[in-house]
Amino acid sequence: MSYVVQRLLTFPLILLGVSVLVFVSIRLIPGDAITAMLGTEAGMMTPDQRAALAAYFGIDQPVWSQYSRWFLGLFQGDLGVSSIYAKPVLTVILERFPLTLQLSLMAMVIALGVGVPLGVLAATRNERPSDLVVRVLAMLGQSTPSFVIGVLIIYVLSVFFGMVPAMGTFTPITVDPWASLGQLFFPAVTLGFAFAASVTRISRSSMLDVLSDDYVRTARAKGASPMSVVWRHALPNALIPVVTLSGVEFGYLLGGAVIVEQIFALPGLGRLVLDAITQRDYALVQGTVLFVAFNFLVVNLLVDLAYVALDPRIRLGSR
Amino acid sequence: MTRVFGALWQHPSGRIGLFIIGLYLTLALLGVLGLTPHPALKQFMIDRLTGPSASYWMGTDLLGRDTMSRLMLGIGQSMLIAFASVAWATLAGTIIGLFAAWLGGLWDGVLMRLMDVLLAFPAILLALLIIAIVGPGTFTSVTAIAIVYTPIFARVVRGPALSLKQRDFVDAARTFGSSQRYILSRHLLLNLVAPLAVQVTLALAWALLTEAGLSFLGLGTQPPTPSLGLMLAESKNLMQQAPWLMIFPALTIMLGILGFNLTGDALRDILDPRTQRRTA
Repeated sequence: MSYVVQRLLTFPLILLGVSVLVFVSIRLIPGDAITAMLGTEAGMMTPDQRAALAAYFGIDQPVWSQYSRWFLGLFQGDLGVSSIYAKPVLTVILERFPLTLQLSLMAMVIALGVGVPLGVLAATRNERPSDLVVRVLAMLGQSTPSFVIGVLIIYVLSVFFGMVPAMGTFTPITVDPWASLGQLFFPAVTLGFAFAASVTRISRSSMLDVLSDDYVRTARAKGASPMSVVWRHALPNALIPVVTLSGVEFGYLLGGAVIVEQIFALPGLGRLVLDAITQRDYALVQGTVLFVAFNFLVVNLLVDLAYVALDPRIRLGSR
Repeated sequence: MTRVFGALWQHPSGRIGLFIIGLYLTLALLGVLGLTPHPALKQFMIDRLTGPSASYWMGTDLLGRDTMSRLMLGIGQSMLIAFASVAWATLAGTIIGLFAAWLGGLWDGVLMRLMDVLLAFPAILLALLIIAIVGPGTFTSVTAIAIVYTPIFARVVRGPALSLKQRDFVDAARTFGSSQRYILSRHLLLNLVAPLAVQVTLALAWALLTEAGLSFLGLGTQPPTPSLGLMLAESKNLMQQAPWLMIFPALTIMLGILGFNLTGDALRDILDPRTQRRTA
């Protein structure tokens, strides 16, 4: 149990560290925030207007009090005001988040749906041609960045099938589920491609490990059919490393969405981060980066806890 | 060292990986020396958007620049950023991991929690945050990628260093009166070379990927310096008329990452006896 307790205790500490890091990095940006926000228009302001604006954004205070104000605001869902959208940062984030979440989940489903069966297949046919084919494909897949796959998918679709993947449009899944899934299908394939390859590799090697365990031999000796040995006896244990990988990868999917949303012109959280950076909307940069890091941390914590629940050896502290 | 290279060459994926890395380093070197088929920045306006031919092996772009020459310089730029950033990350991560393990207690806790904070960001996002502060460019890319990978090296070093610290030969060295510096460099660091070598090779693959990704977003290497990611991004609007502008950069990026991945995997097979049976 001590592992779980330790994990839960360090969680707020890391969260605090993340918030300090994000806050400090934004303050490190050269130049004053008002000029950065308004560009040339800043020159037209009277000193009074400038002071009023500084007071409005709270940047007339010393840094530590700015931080504590900002940090306390986080607990009330107050991430500041976006200067490009003239709306609270949290509102903007929550408008964009459903797309990115759905995209990441779809990518994950695709990756696990393709990767686990392929990995199991390769493991049961160890060193035979089909195993080699899967391994070569997985290696190639792992070496193909999402932006390469994305551009290739668009090329193949447009040149060979004369169709253009739905770009720039997104129907929320609550409005029209099929349209929504259809629009995000190719982006999700793009995002999940390399992930599917690593799932394949991990499930293959962990399946190979499990298949050589004593209990699997016992199951075989007792006359369990080969199919049942692989899928019922071996798979649950072989999936443990896949679960860990998925947790870590989910966070990377949230990050990877930056590139995929850019390729397919999707109005998600990733595009928002990019827009915020290129248009120097610092409240928005700060808010979105913190939001993604927070999600990443929570998912990793949940995965660690799930891992403990799945593996009695850790739960009972004998490892 | 030569023994490891020999073993790598005997390993099927190691040989392919080493071959690709060798090819890329050669192309990059030729590019740096200016031995490209055409000057990479020269615009042959009369030959704009021509397909692959005897004179332009991989075609020309919208401004009439030779794709192959630009790819050669792009490889050099990618390699420069990948090697420089991984070198910094290895150095910083090793020092942090080694000291955390050696000093233990509060130092260990503070250093490793700091690394956890950095690991709490998806890599590309942390890199983007750094770029937002410093502004895009070659130097920023190196810094950003180095900071992103430092915690990974710190973790890779700390684990084995902790267990090495407990070993009898370290106690023995202490009894002989060896200095801390000698023990750290001779007994700990030297035994960490194997796991580090694997990690360095795989990190190079990741660094290539991240660099290309950042340039693809327009936040890495800035034009007119050729970069693989940017060439791919620019090809998007012309893919119908000039598919060669997309296919060659795409293949170049993939093959480069593949080379380092294959070598890294082979190296892990060779250096880590536990995985010797599996993952080839």
